[in-house]
Amino acid sequence: MTTFWEKFKDFLVTLLGNGMGRIGLILIGLIIIAALLAPFLGTVNPQKAGKAADILLAPSAQHWLGTDDLGRDVWSQVIFGSRISMTIGLVTALLTVVSGTLIGLIAGFYGGMVEEVLVRVVDFFMMLPVLPLMIILAAVLGPSLWNIIFVISVISWPTTARVVRSQVLSVKERPYVEASRCIGAGNVKLMLGEILPNVVPLMFAQAVLMITEAIYSEAVLSFLGLGDVTRISWGCMLHFAFESGVMATTPWWIGPPIGCIIMVIVGFSLLGTAISDVLNPGYREMKGI
Amino acid sequence: MKLARFTFRKATAAILTIFIILSVNFVIFRMAPGDPVRMMFKDPRVSAKQLELQREKFGLDKPLGGQFLAYLNQLAHGDLGISFWQKRPVTEVIAQRIPNTLILVLTALAMSTILGIILGALAGWVSGTKLDTFILSASITLYSIPAFAMGIILLLVFSYYISVFPLGGIVTPASGYTGFAYIGDVLWHMCLPAFSIILWYIGEYVILTRSSMLDVLGQDYITTARAKGIKESRVLRKHALRNALLPVITLTGINVGFAVAGVIEAETVFSWPGVGKLIYDAVSKRDYPLLQGVFLVFAVSVVLANLIIDLIYGFVDPRIRVGTQ
Amino acid sequence: MALLEIENLKVYFFTRKGPAKAVDGISFKVAGNETFGLIGESGCGKTTVAMAIMRFVKPPGRIVDGRVSFDGSDLVALNAEGIRGLRGKAISIIRQEAQNALNPVMSIGKQITEIILEHEKVSKDTAWARAKRQLSLVGISEQRVKDYPHEFSGGMKQRAMVAIATACQPRFLILDEPTTGLDVIVQRQLLESINELKTKLHLTSLLISHDLSVIAETCDRVAVMYAGKIVEEAQTVSLYKNPLHPYSKALIGAFPSLKGTKRKLKSIPGAPPLLIDPPAGCRFQPRCNYATQICTSVDPEIRERDGHRVACHLVE
Repeated sequence: MTTFWEKFKDFLVTLLGNGMGRIGLILIGLIIIAALLAPFLGTVNPQKAGKAADILLAPSAQHWLGTDDLGRDVWSQVIFGSRISMTIGLVTALLTVVSGTLIGLIAGFYGGMVEEVLVRVVDFFMMLPVLPLMIILAAVLGPSLWNIIFVISVISWPTTARVVRSQVLSVKERPYVEASRCIGAGNVKLMLGEILPNVVPLMFAQAVLMITEAIYSEAVLSFLGLGDVTRISWGCMLHFAFESGVMATTPWWIGPPIGCIIMVIVGFSLLGTAISDVLNPGYREMKGI
Repeated sequence: MKLARFTFRKATAAILTIFIILSVNFVIFRMAPGDPVRMMFKDPRVSAKQLELQREKFGLDKPLGGQFLAYLNQLAHGDLGISFWQKRPVTEVIAQRIPNTLILVLTALAMSTILGIILGALAGWVSGTKLDTFILSASITLYSIPAFAMGIILLLVFSYYISVFPLGGIVTPASGYTGFAYIGDVLWHMCLPAFSIILWYIGEYVILTRSSMLDVLGQDYITTARAKGIKESRVLRKHALRNALLPVITLTGINVGFAVAGVIEAETVFSWPGVGKLIYDAVSKRDYPLLQGVFLVFAVSVVLANLIIDLIYGFVDPRIRVGTQ
Repeated sequence: MALLEIENLKVYFFTRKGPAKAVDGISFKVAGNETFGLIGESGCGKTTVAMAIMRFVKPPGRIVDGRVSFDGSDLVALNAEGIRGLRGKAISIIRQEAQNALNPVMSIGKQITEIILEHEKVSKDTAWARAKRQLSLVGISEQRVKDYPHEFSGGMKQRAMVAIATACQPRFLILDEPTTGLDVIVQRQLLESINELKTKLHLTSLLISHDLSVIAETCDRVAVMYAGKIVEEAQTVSLYKNPLHPYSKALIGAFPSLKGTKRKLKSIPGAPPLLIDPPAGCRFQPRCNYATQICTSVDPEIRERDGHRVACHLVE
């Protein structure tokens, strides 16, 4: 009988053994380091506009990645931008996965009318075009970090709910759940004790997926001008650069934010795929573990 | 018989969904902080009396229920309001742009779907080999690059640095092309925006088809087919693919929403005069009627596209088409 | 004249913890028109033998050693094209009733004509006519030839499998747990269909099962497998009347009888060994009531006695 920690450690080791998992973890690791150590990485206040002479400077010893059209240091923007991306990613993923799982659990477990209604709601949400909806919500509510988080969460929870509900439905029928019920386990105990543990790996996979969705959504919204301009995220940087019209002549301004957005999404995507591969029951057999 | 019932169910669901979307559309904009009339006439010189008149004209002084009915009435007549920015009926503004978006979206989707399915099926078929890893990694990477980022990269590389493609727009201005030359010009302008959508969307299909293929390959009927001595190519086509594609069709419906996102991004980056760019313009100009109208058009299109795809699926899967005894 | 002859077949599965020796040196012969049974507990390797004959062993498994002679040629040495030509045409397999053994998007008739058209140069019409005949041979109405698998019951699906597998009149039929999972009445119907076909088509068969009664009803000779090895081989009646190997004795003794006095159910204490690290000497020795010193160190070879081939030190 392995404990939870032993299983988790085993899982991590297998994950690291997977090529994609390794690369993913490295990329994400870099971003996390940037986010945590931001003030110590040779940065200045990213919002601080410079003098007229400091506009659109190419990279130099003083400004490692040059400056933007208001004289702000690009390197600092890039480093501090990682904080925004990670915050949005993690907070949104947390909210989405927790609410989605809760609803999925309730729908799948209790069935009946409750399930019917919830399923209809989820189906409806899934049919809405995501980006247009986010755009109008953001436009109506105004640009701020928390509004963005709210908007993305509201739109993303249905996917998790649906996936969790499927899993609950299949686990519900398994003999050991039946067995637990027979020895008198109450509903809540059943949900938490038997069903939830089977849903946790799925939550993990969903969480990683949601992080990529959240970071992507924030980038797009910011690029379209709906982001929080008081915090310069990578998407905001691209928005400014695109609007400025001098995009082609300032690769140091455009390149890094694009690079970072791609890096963080690729990192989490690889990690997500690696996680679902490793959790797939056939995986260990195939690799001969 | 089962097909008829299936169709009816899906059609009713679609109609219901559209109705809910209309309502949501209505509610969201009434929720907007700030006074819509004030936003329309930002000029502080407009007197309170005049604002009151406008309010009456737009029916904004009536209770919410009445406004909703008026709104539905308007919609029934195809009236989506007047654009603040363009001072023309919203319907007109949108209708003008729809063809441009359609050619872009349909081309991009068709190519991504076909190529994506082929590559995904291949990757699944040779799973575990270096080819599979390569296709998978490439797809995950491509899929991770948002369409607008890809667009910017393509724009910079192929339009600025290497001037192979135009910088934007749908035709070369003041060129006076007609006939085939015109079509050629449009196609040339469409290359990069289409590419940015294709490169992003293709990744989605590869991953989808590959995982569906992997599921199917683990099924007993594949071993049965091989045990019959059937040629591998036929096993792939008639047994593996035919089954692997079923969930891909279903998921296409859900992905239509992403296609919309891709088109909005690509049109914005390349200034392609379509409905997607209209959203960007409407947002920057705070043109709420236009924004509302565009959202409605997108949402309804997605619902209809989903309906069509659901019906196709119902027809293709014999478990639904034929039903059980 | 043996149609199928297996010599020292070894199939190992290579895992991170070491190779699991699923089949470790099996030899037997199946003569023409004979029905040969292979019996043993779950996990003893019998399905792996079937998979090996059809060359369906997938990584991390591999045929490590041995010969499988079919009609003279070695199936193990054949290339991919060679084995493909034999599958369905010369050797067919019917596996345990699996929910998904039939392609859900292809009609039953199509699945039969598919195998016919693959191996024989006939017209589509001929193929369809034969498909209908195959269905009636297994007791399914010809009118259902265009129906889909989901419209059939479990037993009917299994019979449809028989129709498909025998469509090209193979010479050798492998039946891997064909009746497991079916209720008794359906079992009976299936076995009857199969027996009829065996006579009509002069089939030679290998029947794999853990069910003693099914083996008793259908097989001429039987081999008992344990932990990847054959421990005893004999004519069916002779084996059931006089099992020589301690495992065979226990197996046959464990099977409850409908007739006679009621007695307590006997089972074999312990569990089969892990195939990664089988015990030294005889594999059954840890669970054997009669084990002696030599049984713990030397792997017994096959010897003959009373027409049985037995792998046990206690049998001279």
